[in-house]
Order: sequence, then structure tokens, then C-alpha cells
Amino acid sequence: MQLFVEQVLNGIANGVVYGSVALALVLIFRTTGVLNFAQGEMALFATFISWKLTQQGLPVVGAIAVSMAIAFVSGAVIERVLIRPVETGRSPLNVVIVTLGMFLALNSLVQLIFGTDPQFMPSAFPSGGIELFTSNGRTATLQKGTLGLVLVLIAECVVLWFMLNRTKLGLKLRAVATNPDSARLHGIKAGSMLMLGWALSAAIGALAGSLVAAQRTGFDSNLMQTVLVYALAAAALGGFDSLWGAVICGIIVGVADALTIQYIDPLNGIEVVLPLALILVVLVVSPHGLFGKRTVERV
Amino acid sequence: MTTDQTGATVEPMLGAAPLELEAEPSPGRQTLWPQIPRPVFIARVIIGTAMAAAALYAPFYFDPVYNRLLSQAIYLAIAAMGLNLLTGFNGQVSIGHGFFYGVGAFTSAILMVDHGWTFEATIPVALVLNGIVGLLIGLPALRVRGLYLALVTLGLAVLFPQLATKYVEGTGGVALVRPRARDFASLIQGLDDDQWAYFLSLAIMAVLFLLAWNLVRGRIGRSMIAVRDQEIAATTVGVNLAGTKVATFAISAAYAGVAGSLSVMVDHVAAATNPIFYFQRSVEFLVAMAIGGAATIMGPAVGALALVLLRRNTEDLIEGKEILAPALYGAALIAIVFVLPEGLVGGVRRFLAWIGRRSSAKGRPPTHPIPDDSQ
Repeated sequence: MQLFVEQVLNGIANGVVYGSVALALVLIFRTTGVLNFAQGEMALFATFISWKLTQQGLPVVGAIAVSMAIAFVSGAVIERVLIRPVETGRSPLNVVIVTLGMFLALNSLVQLIFGTDPQFMPSAFPSGGIELFTSNGRTATLQKGTLGLVLVLIAECVVLWFMLNRTKLGLKLRAVATNPDSARLHGIKAGSMLMLGWALSAAIGALAGSLVAAQRTGFDSNLMQTVLVYALAAAALGGFDSLWGAVICGIIVGVADALTIQYIDPLNGIEVVLPLALILVVLVVSPHGLFGKRTVERV
Repeated sequence: MTTDQTGATVEPMLGAAPLELEAEPSPGRQTLWPQIPRPVFIARVIIGTAMAAAALYAPFYFDPVYNRLLSQAIYLAIAAMGLNLLTGFNGQVSIGHGFFYGVGAFTSAILMVDHGWTFEATIPVALVLNGIVGLLIGLPALRVRGLYLALVTLGLAVLFPQLATKYVEGTGGVALVRPRARDFASLIQGLDDDQWAYFLSLAIMAVLFLLAWNLVRGRIGRSMIAVRDQEIAATTVGVNLAGTKVATFAISAAYAGVAGSLSVMVDHVAAATNPIFYFQRSVEFLVAMAIGGAATIMGPAVGALALVLLRRNTEDLIEGKEILAPALYGAALIAIVFVLPEGLVGGVRRFLAWIGRRSSAKGRPPTHPIPDDSQ
């Protein structure tokens, strides 16, 4: 039981990481309909910017805020300069190719600008843990960093949900994602909305990256690559259009992963099977994920 | 790939005649494959002959190092063609063909090292085995579409190195199987080993590309394209949706498996030590297909060659700054998509269509070729 609780806590700690990146993926998908493979590397770049700023003596929270602002602007610029020219083309594969190109380019730029050595990112949360209970001489502790990340995630979800579902701006964003042409006929500036979608998602990614890096003892340019796979799994499980789904499924994936490592020996070393199997099972039972909306196809 | 071209391409698909009508040459056939204007036809013949001649002469002109590069382009092209059948013609996006490629590579390497097979005999095994694996994975893929399929297959590619590490007993405890170089010796007198590897790969590629060409021009190919363009409409005209999708998946996987098998001959190793190697390979297949031209026959070959040369030259360009190579490579990919959104072959075809229009302006009826998906 003791071990079980510890593993669940470990899983939650990893799960919130997956969830926070999945949130950025879902946001960009909901507002622009694009699956951004470079999301992780964009976040990585922003993380290095906030690290650099803390090195310059800025307080952590301030550094993250500045880096989010930079990411916000860069996200908008990327949409306008790199994505939009290919989006109108015949093949939707082209957008995928561009994001994959960005994936490669950003990763190597990070190494070029910031070096390949592991760096240490200071945490925005107080250190230490909260003791939950003790039995048999072992204590289950909840790290304050994990708790902080959970709270930040919940706050992000509430704000984004409110913005998307309860404001005129959110309605416009969703309208453009659903049907850009109809949205344009209603006088919505589709271009601005797409830029805003990318900007928001880049900023969320910057926040996620900076907080995640602080959870690790050190981080380098590989920080996001495995996280991205799990985050994609979380986003797919959640149905790709639900913010809450992304976060909850991120935690589900994290916990399931931790428990597999602990209890299921035949899967030792091939834990990636788990998120994969989860996606398959969920999609076979319900094609729109656990939290996704059903859509009707028109011919 | 499904929504924006419904109007243009579905029409001829819906007009596709049932089998018995096809036996006799009917006028309907001509609307399906429009007559090609003579200058375009001549241009195609010239381009084709020049490319074939260059391909046959190349290994005698270049050194072994460069020949290996070209052989890499060939196996990359085969895998990209497999993906092209699935993604380009059938509309199922996969970022996991590195998985099948890896299965093919390890099949060949293990049969050679542990069971003493000759390399050539392992290629059909890799083909059949991957066809079966593709069938098994294609079945659940029926329920999963578009974005989700891309993600599930992505997971496969990430999974493969872990599977290999766990189940393959390689040298030194890592998943790495290295057949002896002399097991790949040339079977033809007068050809060096690197030239033999090149010609064997080229011959297999020619056969597989010819098969693919025949496949997509026939009834099966039209079913594949119909499913891609309008799944529901395709079922209403009697296309077997599940059968078409699963069969395409299996064929596509078999192509990737052959590519993996050939990679063992070219690179002399099957390795899964890099956790994201097979994911990177999957991306390369996708990129080769897209920059060459999706849903074309020559596209994967042209794209694979462009990709290999691009990677090689970006590495050469910046000596001492290897870190920058992926940045240039990524930037080049983005640039190609910007300049030629329909791929290199799409660009050439557009140019030829322009020639065709010019010629048709001089008295011919205006029947310049609509960009069909067959050639």
C-alpha cells in the first residue's frame, strides 16, 4: 500500500508534466486545427530563455513571465511567416512538414545558442514536501513543486476554459478553427485569430517548459522529446479538443506509467506500450477520446 | 487530403466502371486517363530515359562512399513509396513506418547472423513478415483515423527500439546486430561490392515501383483514392472500405520492411541503440514522400534522392559546426515546401502542363492533362 501510494504520487508528478504540454497541444489544435510537432521544441527554446534570464539575476517568476511574453510574440510570428503560407496549399501534409522542420531547426539552434551542457533551472515553487502519512517507517511525501504544478495547471484550465467558452474572443477563435470561411463571412478576422491561437499556445508551452525543467535536477536540449510522446498520448486520450481532458489524461498516463514500471514485470523496458495500448483501447471503444465531442460527418 | 479536393478528383472515381465494363475498351476510359499532348509525352520520355541512364551509369562514375549514399537513397525511396501508397493514395497518415523498417532490418540481420542465411534469401522473408505485421496493425487502424492514426503509429516508432533492446540479444548486451561485411559480397563477377549493393537495391526498387504503378492505376488503386477523397461516398458505390484500408496498410508495411532489409546490406548493421532513430526514419519517409510529391509514382524516388543529398551537403557545408546541420536541413525542408507546395514532381508536372497548354493553344482541343494521381 505504501509503495502503491508512492508510485501514484510519482506518477502524478510526471503526469502533470505531460498534462501541461498536452494542454498547449490541445489549445493549438482547438484554435487552429493544426497538430504542432514543434510544440515541445518551442517550449524548450522558451525554457532556455527563462533560464538565461534567471542567470542574469531576474527572479524566477519574472523570468518566466518575460519568456512567456517573448514566446507569445514568437508564436504569432511563426504562424504568420511559416505556417500560413503553406496552410492554404493543396496538401495538409505541408503544415506537418513545416512543423517537423521547425522541430529539427529549433533543437539544433538551442544547442548552438545555449550549449549542450545540462543546466539547472531554479523552481518557482518552494522546495520540500508535504508529509501525507507514515507507515512502516516510510513516509509518503507530496513534493510542493508537484502540488504547485497541479495548481498552475488548474488555473490555466480555468482561465482558458473561461476565455474559450465564455468570451466573444473565444467564440471567434473556435469559429475560425471550425470553419475559417464561414467565420470570415461573419466578419471575423480569421488571420488574427489563428495568430492569437499560436501565440497563446506558445506562451502556455513556455510556462510548461520552464516549470517542468525546474522539476528535473538538470535539463538539456533533450528535455522535451520523450515528454512530447506522452503528451501526445495524453492529448489523444483526452480527445484532442478538451482542455480538462488533456490534463486529466496526462495524469492518467503518468500514473499508469509509474504503476506499470512498479508492478508489471513483462513490460519492463517497454513502458511506451502502455500509452499506446491506452490510446488504442479508448479509441476503439469511443473514437473521439474520453472527453472529446462527437462530430457528425457531412458528405 | 480528404476535404479540399473532393470536387476535382471524386468525379472520375464515381465514374469508374464496374469490372465487366472494363473488359471492352469504352470511351469512358479516355475521360479517366486523358490523352497527353505530344510535347508533354516527349518531355516525359526524355526525362525518364535520362534518369534511367543516369541511374545505371552512376555507380561506375562515383566512388564507393558516394555509391553507398545513393543506395541509401534507394532504400529510402522504397520505404517512401510504401508510405506513399498508404498516405498519398489512401489518405492514412503514418509516422510509424520506421517500425516496419526496423522489423525488416532486424529480420535480415538476425537470420544472417544467427541462422547463417544468405542475405538475398532474407528479403522475401522481410517482405512477407512485414505484410503480416502490417495486416495485424492495420486492423485496429480501421477504427482510428487521421490525426489519431498518426499518433498511434508514432508510438509504434518510439516503441521499436525498446522492443529491440528487450528481445534482441545483440553484441555487448545492446540491440545491435552486425553481419560480416563479406556476407554481402557481390554475386556478379566484375561488380564491386558497393556496385552490387546499388544494383540489387535498384532492381528491387524498379520492380516495387512498377508494381505500385500498376496497383494504383487499376481497380484497387481507384478504390484507394476514392477512400482517401470521400470515405462515405466510396462505400456507397461499393468500395470495400475495410478491405481496401487493411490491404493498403499491409502492402505499405511490406515495402518498408524490404527497405529495412536492404538497409542492412547497405549499412552492414541493424541497430536500435538510439531511442528515437526509428522515429527519425519515419519522419524521413514522410518528408521524402512530401518533397518528392505525394500521390505520384516518381515522387518518392526524387524526394529520397533530394533528401539524402540535402542531408549530406548540409553536413559538408559547415565543417566543425555539426550542431547547425539539422537547423539548415530543417530550414531547407521548410523552403522546399514553400517553393514547391506540391513537391518536386508536382512542380515538374505543373511545368509540363504549362507546355501542354501552350501546344494546345495552337489548334489542338484544350485537353491539357488534369493532374491525375496515376503516373
